Amino acid sequence: MNILTDINFDYTLRIVALGSAILGALSGALGAFAVLRKQSLIGDTISHAALPGIAVAFFFTGNKTTTILLIGAALSGWLATLFILGIVKATRIKLDSALGLVLSVFFGFGLVMLTFIQKRPDANQAGLEKFLFGQAATLLAADVQMMAILAGVAVLALMLLWKEFKLLSFDEDFGATQGFAMNRINLMLTTLLVVAIVLGLQTVGVVLMSAMIVAPAAAARQWTDKLSTMVLLSAVFGVAAGVSGSLLSSRIPKLPTGPTIVLCISTVVLFSIFVAPARGLLWRWLRRRRNRRQFRAEAVLLDLMDMARHHPNLEHPHAAAVLHTLNLDGRAVRNSLAELAERELVRPAGAGLWSLTQAGIAEAQQLERRFQAED
Amino acid sequence: MNGLNEKHKPPRDQAAIWVEDLTVAYQDKPVLWDVDLAIPKGVLMAIVGPNGAGKTTMIKAMLGLVDPVAGRVEVFGKPFREQRRLLGYVPQRTSVDWDFPTNVLDVVMMGRYGTLGWFRRPGKAEREKAMHALEKVAMDPYADRQISQLSGGQQQRVFLARALAQEAEVYLMDEPFQGVDATTERAIVDLLRELRKQGRTVVVVHHDLQTVPDYFDWVFLLNVRRIACGPVETFFTEENLRLAYGGRVAILGERKPIADDAKSL
Repeated sequence: MNILTDINFDYTLRIVALGSAILGALSGALGAFAVLRKQSLIGDTISHAALPGIAVAFFFTGNKTTTILLIGAALSGWLATLFILGIVKATRIKLDSALGLVLSVFFGFGLVMLTFIQKRPDANQAGLEKFLFGQAATLLAADVQMMAILAGVAVLALMLLWKEFKLLSFDEDFGATQGFAMNRINLMLTTLLVVAIVLGLQTVGVVLMSAMIVAPAAAARQWTDKLSTMVLLSAVFGVAAGVSGSLLSSRIPKLPTGPTIVLCISTVVLFSIFVAPARGLLWRWLRRRRNRRQFRAEAVLLDLMDMARHHPNLEHPHAAAVLHTLNLDGRAVRNSLAELAERELVRPAGAGLWSLTQAGIAEAQQLERRFQAED
Repeated sequence: MNGLNEKHKPPRDQAAIWVEDLTVAYQDKPVLWDVDLAIPKGVLMAIVGPNGAGKTTMIKAMLGLVDPVAGRVEVFGKPFREQRRLLGYVPQRTSVDWDFPTNVLDVVMMGRYGTLGWFRRPGKAEREKAMHALEKVAMDPYADRQISQLSGGQQQRVFLARALAQEAEVYLMDEPFQGVDATTERAIVDLLRELRKQGRTVVVVHHDLQTVPDYFDWVFLLNVRRIACGPVETFFTEENLRLAYGGRVAILGERKPIADDAKSL
């Protein structure tokens, strides 16, 4: 039952886990740029658009070698990005509609081709549909080797063009004024993205591949404010999801690897959205609650001070009921008074009456000065 | 063309930027129509005109960021493509996503990327130049700050520092005064004057007509076509403003003379 020995002994699992790790690392790293450039959906379109490429490549070559099919996928994904850019440039159709258009046309055509091929009286056609949802078990050592080489080249390119990619993602126009051919940089980054997507098709499939592009990056963004850390972390999340997804699906029968990997990365995203420091929703919610409570208490203290001014003695007690009418919400006033009493800024004078303490008067005066300074 | 305008036109090879017959069109409507412009070296020039007059496009065309339908741009007597390094660009602050994961120093160092060229990474020298540029806009204490935590005025100063780090000869700024606090406005004005003292040329898209005579010595009035261009005292007149803005400048007319108004402040 030891997972570690499983990795050591099960050859297939080792191949699958390694392949998924490479795919996770590459899609994570490049997805970070796609997300920062607000191009998450381009990844989705590219992966869906890869399907007809696979079908057409098989149709014309009759060959089911992964390399040939993936070259078809890459070309067709590439063609799709050209279409998107062309549509946006030449027509009044906006990017989101262009993405939807290209995605559905390519994917639809891919499905038609797939059905057509499957109906042919040919013993060789089975297995193409694995690219729809991925079938990690079909990964061969040779496939993983090819993935590793391509991923290595992509990482090298990423390191070499780091500064250029950063410039493209942050301020494309400024990059052009610096004398860089920004469309060439864009071309290279898009090519790398296509490579990352295509490498994942066999494992995760065209339908879910965009999750591997968007999710690790979205999760990583929650934890850091530094580009290099974000890219690295995104890759690490991708690897973690790839490996844990492969392991889970090998331990639990009938659990498909690709979707399990996607579920793993989704869990990381959910966790990151809620508890990441600074950006986490949980902390934000707690901070907001604390601030609201403090502001409310300060407002009650200032109301008491205003009323006290009508008496020669500032410590003259006033009824909490009057504060209710000033503040509308009775429970909030009670809580605020309790909190102020705890800080010894007010004290109960019996019969629902409250009065300021010396410390409370000093605090109220200080608050008044602060608000005046801010005006 | 206005004869007086021509008198103030510097010879072609002495102009910092020289624009001829520039026409730019998006879709089916021209944004700039047959614009001639010669910006003398060392002036502080405001580009003014109503919304949609093509001010931003004018700057982008001078930087080669939009393809003109016709016309050409020269920088110090040569096609701008050969002189890119001499042009420093300060885009509108809202043109980028300030939630991008990076810090102030990193953004300012981007002003050195052009000099670095392909593949080379910024190092110590770039860091020092960037810090120096940050000092000039009083943002050096914020070097390590996340850019998402900056106020609008601070963002603007970071963009200025990025252009300064480039050590350009001509600076093209798109509405640097837009929505900034008084401190930043003061800092920008001081910076503009220092750049002029160093003999740099600065072109600024400007919206606040009241401050034109106070901040600038040269003015370019634009409304798709060139309305007028030359020294502020000669060309920043009610008549030219009316030509540029149509009837919409009537309110301003009551406050005439604008120039005296601003000076008395």
